[in-house]
Amino acid sequence: MGIDIKIPIGLMFTILGLLITVYGFITRLDASLYNVSLGINVNLWSGLGMLIFGVVMLALAFVSWKSKT
Amino acid sequence: MNSGFVLSWIDYSVMIIYFAFVLGIGWALKRYMKDANAFLEAGRSMPAWVAGLAFISTNLGALEVMGMTGSGLKYGMLTTHFYWVGAIPAMVFLAMFMMPFYYGSKARSVPEYLKLRYDEKTRGLNAILFAVMTILASGISMYALAILMEKVLGWNFHLSLILSAAIVLVYTYLGGLSSAIYNEVLQFFIIVVGLLPIVLLSLKDVGGWHGLQQSLAPIVSAKGFAPDAWTTTWKYTGSAKANPLGVEWYGIFAGLGFVLSFGYWCTNFLIVQRAMSAKSTTAARNTPLIGAIPKMFIPFLIIVPGIVALVLMNSPEKHFSLPLNEAGQPIYDYTIIMLLKQYLPAGVLGLGITALLASFMSGMAGNVSAFNTVWTYDIYQSYIRPTTKDKAIDDKHYLFVGRMATIFGVLVSIAAAYLASMFGNIMDFLQTIFSMVNAPLFAVIFLGMFWKRGTGHAAFTGLLAGFFVALLHHGLTFPEGANTLVKGGWIAHLHAYPVEMAQNFWTAIFACSASTLITVVLSLLTTQKKSDAELKGLVYSLTPKLNEESVPWYKRSSTLAIIVLTLVTILTILFW
Repeated sequence: MGIDIKIPIGLMFTILGLLITVYGFITRLDASLYNVSLGINVNLWSGLGMLIFGVVMLALAFVSWKSKT
Repeated sequence: MNSGFVLSWIDYSVMIIYFAFVLGIGWALKRYMKDANAFLEAGRSMPAWVAGLAFISTNLGALEVMGMTGSGLKYGMLTTHFYWVGAIPAMVFLAMFMMPFYYGSKARSVPEYLKLRYDEKTRGLNAILFAVMTILASGISMYALAILMEKVLGWNFHLSLILSAAIVLVYTYLGGLSSAIYNEVLQFFIIVVGLLPIVLLSLKDVGGWHGLQQSLAPIVSAKGFAPDAWTTTWKYTGSAKANPLGVEWYGIFAGLGFVLSFGYWCTNFLIVQRAMSAKSTTAARNTPLIGAIPKMFIPFLIIVPGIVALVLMNSPEKHFSLPLNEAGQPIYDYTIIMLLKQYLPAGVLGLGITALLASFMSGMAGNVSAFNTVWTYDIYQSYIRPTTKDKAIDDKHYLFVGRMATIFGVLVSIAAAYLASMFGNIMDFLQTIFSMVNAPLFAVIFLGMFWKRGTGHAAFTGLLAGFFVALLHHGLTFPEGANTLVKGGWIAHLHAYPVEMAQNFWTAIFACSASTLITVVLSLLTTQKKSDAELKGLVYSLTPKLNEESVPWYKRSSTLAIIVLTLVTILTILFW
């Protein structure tokens, strides 16, 4: 139906991934923030994970768009 | 209630970005909504993977997530019965044996299938019951969402209710079923991303799976169960008293694995509608199978953290406790929220909260989009304004009616939300209603698809009788320690079940059996008015077998079904 769902998914996770990764990077020295997460910088890891997922989705959307045209 | 969260700008940013995309998808789909078919059936154009993810996502509402994490705490790994034995076999059955009839008959809804297979009154009864139940369900999840936002975010209850209803209204009004489905897919991914950190962190905190088993042993033994009762599934189901669920293996097998799960997955239009939106018969059959693969791994995402919570609750140094209700009992449904608070720093916390909000809203959107289809096609088009000769005018008119039904559905949901605030345990109430209505429906649809002799009068009576037997059973039995009549026993106290779950299972078993028996007996006593030609495509024995030879072997439903069943068997053995 009209739009390829991979595009909004890819865009959203790329944006969220960038935001969370950057936030994780800025706050990497803030031990009190990561006290709850057992000292692990979960923002950095989740952010990177989302970024990769978002980019893969966009790449897949690009591939299926290419094969259609 | 001490569950207040302090959210920072980063958490609110995540939330705003997510909802911007949700509304954006609705807006982008608006220009494709040219007729009722596009709006109410997504134009039957969805790829199998999109429909498949939407298929399980519809069921992965926030009530499910919150309820199942709470059940993980209460019943341990036995909660996986709701997934492995209680969903996967039914999903495979739907795909392999029922989807060809739902999809191939060109029915636009489950009630319409009943009309084609049986008669008008059977459709009418089902359509009206479904419409009422769906809106009730939508209202209940709205209520739970508003309560959550009030407790967690400190937002005003009424404002939260109106705001979330407004978001749902906008995107379903604009993009109809497509919009609901696309947002369910988006929600699926945000739930995984939002909850995965909880799973990993909580398991790490207790020393992995083995650490969890060891920490659980003394806690569980103190409750009077075997030390590994919380980390096994079938091992202690020999007797109802030995496992926390309070049900024996045959109760689980028949009640959950057969009646409840087949009743839910194979006949609930909310679910089946996702598969009906697929672009081809093969895609429609593959929809539940593709959905089954993530479905069987969802327990690790939402049940395992609940089990960890039991350890946390019993370790004073972790400072973990559940909020208490007025009676001083812990609110198990809040387990997942307290875990979010326990482990997530600002940033990922926003993701977790967004995931919950998203699943609430897509649950509502799913209900509303199923409601407007049934209303428009099965009630309005059948009884109020039938189709005319002018197709162009009809298309426009029914699109308009579909849109109005969306607004109406959301408004009634809001009313239902206020109604729901009068009831205590929402999940139990829903389950009670569903087991009463869905179990007889499964019996009738199953007989319809596989027995050509089944007649309209018999089906109609069977549906009603099943429902009354369910009511009767619920009225005559009660779970031990029940203090309200909503839980049963409002006629007499004939039998006491150890837990409410057991009572629900047996209600469903009785309802389904009664319905089957009455439909069969009455079918034999009445004459079949439909000719074999009319039943072609609706009944198994009168429909040509589906030929999958043109489809490459790895895309065939049978291949997928074997993979799904093998995987679920492996999981069952691993966690026996």
